[in-house]
Amino acid sequence: MKTEHRIVSKRQLSEEVYRIEVLAPLVARERKAGQFVVVMYDEEYSERIPLTIADADPEKGTVTLIFQTVGASTHKLALKEPGDSIVLLGPLGNPTHIEKFGWAVCVGGGIGLAPLHPIVKALKEAGNRVTVISGARTAELLIMQDEMNAVADENIVVTDDGTAGRKALVTVPLAELCAASPPPDIVVAIGPPIMMKFCAETTRPFGIKTLASLNTIMIDGTGMCGGCRVSVGGATKFVCVDGPEFDAHQVDWGQMMSRLGAYKDIEKEAHEKCHLEMSIKQLEKERS
Amino acid sequence: MSHMETSFYQQAAQAELEKIHSAALTPRARMAITVQDMPCQDPEVRRHNMQEVAIGYTREQAMLEAERCLQCKNAPCVAGCPVKIDIPGFIRKVKEGDFTGAGQVIKQTNLLPSICGRVCPQEKQCQLPCTVGKALGGVDKAVQIGRLERFVADYEREHGLQTVPHAGPSSGKRVAIVGAGPAGLTCAVDVRREGHDVAVFEAFHKAGGVMVYGIPEFRLPKALVASEAGLLESMGVQFEMNFLVGRTRKLSSLLKEDGFDAVFIGTGAGLPKFMDIPGENLVGVFSANEYLTRANLMKAYEIGKAGTPIYPSRRVAVLGGGNVAMDSARMAMRLGAEEVRVLYRRTREEMPARAEEVGHAMEEGIIFDFLASPTKVVGDDKGKVAGLEVLSYQLGEPDESGRRKPVPIRGSEHFVPFDTVIVAIGNESNPLISRTTPDLHVDRHGHIIVDEKQKTSLDRVYAGGDIVLGAATVILAMGEGRRAAAAINEVLQ
Ligand SMILES: Cc1cc2nc3c(=O)[nH]c(=O)nc-3n(C[C@H](O)[C@H](O)[C@H](O)COP(=O)(O)OP(=O)(O)OC[C@H]3O[C@@H](n4cnc5c(N)ncnc54)[C@H](O)[C@@H]3O)c2cc1C
Ligand SMILES: Cc1cc2nc3c(=O)[nH]c(=O)nc-3n(C[C@H](O)[C@H](O)[C@H](O)COP(=O)(O)OP(=O)(O)OC[C@H]3O[C@@H](n4cnc5c(N)ncnc54)[C@H](O)[C@@H]3O)c2cc1C
Ligand code: SF4
Ligand code: SF4
Ligand code: FES
Repeated sequence: MKTEHRIVSKRQLSEEVYRIEVLAPLVARERKAGQFVVVMYDEEYSERIPLTIADADPEKGTVTLIFQTVGASTHKLALKEPGDSIVLLGPLGNPTHIEKFGWAVCVGGGIGLAPLHPIVKALKEAGNRVTVISGARTAELLIMQDEMNAVADENIVVTDDGTAGRKALVTVPLAELCAASPPPDIVVAIGPPIMMKFCAETTRPFGIKTLASLNTIMIDGTGMCGGCRVSVGGATKFVCVDGPEFDAHQVDWGQMMSRLGAYKDIEKEAHEKCHLEMSIKQLEKERS
Repeated sequence: MSHMETSFYQQAAQAELEKIHSAALTPRARMAITVQDMPCQDPEVRRHNMQEVAIGYTREQAMLEAERCLQCKNAPCVAGCPVKIDIPGFIRKVKEGDFTGAGQVIKQTNLLPSICGRVCPQEKQCQLPCTVGKALGGVDKAVQIGRLERFVADYEREHGLQTVPHAGPSSGKRVAIVGAGPAGLTCAVDVRREGHDVAVFEAFHKAGGVMVYGIPEFRLPKALVASEAGLLESMGVQFEMNFLVGRTRKLSSLLKEDGFDAVFIGTGAGLPKFMDIPGENLVGVFSANEYLTRANLMKAYEIGKAGTPIYPSRRVAVLGGGNVAMDSARMAMRLGAEEVRVLYRRTREEMPARAEEVGHAMEEGIIFDFLASPTKVVGDDKGKVAGLEVLSYQLGEPDESGRRKPVPIRGSEHFVPFDTVIVAIGNESNPLISRTTPDLHVDRHGHIIVDEKQKTSLDRVYAGGDIVLGAATVILAMGEGRRAAAAINEVLQ
């Protein structure tokens, strides 16, 4: 019965983004769109890293994780190769509430496009018309485009520097869509907190229901520590068990962003060390 | 009290032991024997390290302390122990120097003596009714049962004498245990003894529950918990780590689809309480669970090695007065804080923490602000903790329980600067299993309701430990695990 969580495949999607497929049959069977897992690169010293389940194959018993190497822990995870085992717990959090809303607009920024994809798929399967807005800093960081094009009715691409699609922030096309009549029935936004905050501000005047998936700092992911807490509509919520999705108009974004920055200085140092380790490893790889 | 080295206690014990001849000792002479203090690390040294504070009795100390026991016929101490260890029985063996024999007596009823000897609140349990303590006018003069128990268990382990409990011939029945805390582990052993197949499902990557994520290394070394869990594995108990029942698999699926004949739920009280005061979500406010998990389970104190960071603190406020508050305060001190203050609404007498831990905390330089409670966490312009607004209290009229009630002093609010606040006011039950198991009855606190055999409202489903009792103790959790195992073994016959 003992389940070992082994990496079965690994692909680098862009300079900073990796896609791994992990053997986790029970998780692959139970998981629904919007849920996440907590992974550790080893059992002794690893941090616990929450990552959304980007896709799952119940037949093969695998889940797909797509992550960006933003700090020390994600770098160490990126150093794992197919055949290696990792610690994996899940599926965690509440599934996205999927129903036939009518017209859904799904906004994904950067790595947020990965967790957005299963939601787009589920909304589509439920009979919605789905418009995707894919945003990134630059073309090289724009991931999941084939997958999005395959499921969405429409995919609007924007980049900060104009290297792909329109040169704009995601909020520009979002505002245009909100002004359409009839307007979208629901908006889902996943990306950096600042992007989700401005998506919320964009849809607020139109009164369009907007969901955001929060990526707070987590430890256990089971409701035990309270480290993931944020204020939503004035009440304290635990993102891991009450979320991860919340009404974006109710989230205290300022608080959430300051809590995310709690360990900034320590993390920066660890990140720089890891970046170095990784560059060395890559150099070694190229040499051999 | 100035600090004494182990060698000092050792020499004194040896000298006293040589003077007495046990056969001829009158009760009066026994009561005249010096209570054996626990050798400890020097507070000045230990406040900067993670090693165990209490070093443990030497052989001579243990034998001398055992001489203090009167071997009472009615053994009131036994009634004070939740698992009813034959206390005079094991102490007699210690007196005779038969430590292995002593271990066997303890193991009849307690499987984790090295843990209980360290963390039981003995002064409220076995040592409270002890005849010697009563006669000498203070529970601190009672026979030091817990320390002797620890000595015996450590002796066994250090000499490789630990025995693996025997698993009976296979019964073909399967039992699922949810949660690898003391309740779950105890239940697992007792069910496995009967020859049933046992699988323990645990959400974390290490077994032990609060014993690994909450209680700090300096009070309960993790290697010890791992060694006890290892015994279970040798017995053939299977561990399914990183498995969250309710999410990875529903409780009902374990019974209906996975072929388990019975389930024991020992998921603990893992839901942190907050004060419900303004500013509690500021950066720098932690639940004790988060703070201690980062430090213990995730080993954040091994800076440079551990991936999990710990908040850099200089002035720490700990809110609460129980074991959890003591552990948080002492941990913060070890992680480099300059000043740690415990804020408690009542006075030292009412503190629920073990007396020994409060004493240790004081020796280590933790400051106690009694009759004080915060009304607000004050933040700076970056959303970080700047301090607390604190309200002072005074003791008023006694309430129904006879305790004098703390009443706030009007207008006494004052600001105290802090950069870190650790909320250690207790835990409630984690609702995950009850939410995903509709017919499982819980009370209004979310505790699972059980009958006298630990059976829940569901057939073949039992529960015990903190999920039933609310935040309680290791030994009570073990007692419940044991009772549930007996009931499970009965129905699976
Ligand atoms: C429910 C959820 C789903 C997520 N899904 C994805 C995903 O699919 N792909 C992806 O790339 N990222 C995802 N994240 C974010 C990811 O967990 C963090 O990027 C990662 O933990 C950072 O670790 P690090 O040590 O590499 O970086 P660090 O240097 O530690 O931090 C970099 C950034 O990540 C934040 N962070 C640090 N520790 C944590 C933590 N334990 N939990 C969350 N955030 C943290 C920091 O505040 C900082 O902004 C998700 C987060 C949550 C809560
Ligand atoms: C900081 C601290 C200090 C303490 N000090 C003392 C002390 O000195 N003396 C004393 O006697 N007591 C002390 N206690 C209390 C004592 O630790 C608890 O009463 C005891 O551990 C309860 O045991 P349990 O088995 O019921 O639960 P726990 O020890 O809480 O174990 C429950 C386990 O179940 C797991 N779990 C939860 N939900 C699920 C799920 N859905 N699926 C799978 N696994 C799950 C958890 O991860 C955990 O490992 C202390 C508690 C704390 C927090
Ligand atoms: S188990 Fe606890 S209460 Fe019982 S004898 Fe040992 S220390 Fe005392
Ligand atoms: S009550 Fe005290 S003196 Fe009497 S048997 Fe128990 S431990 Fe010994
Ligand atoms: S991550 Fe610990 S409570 Fe959410």
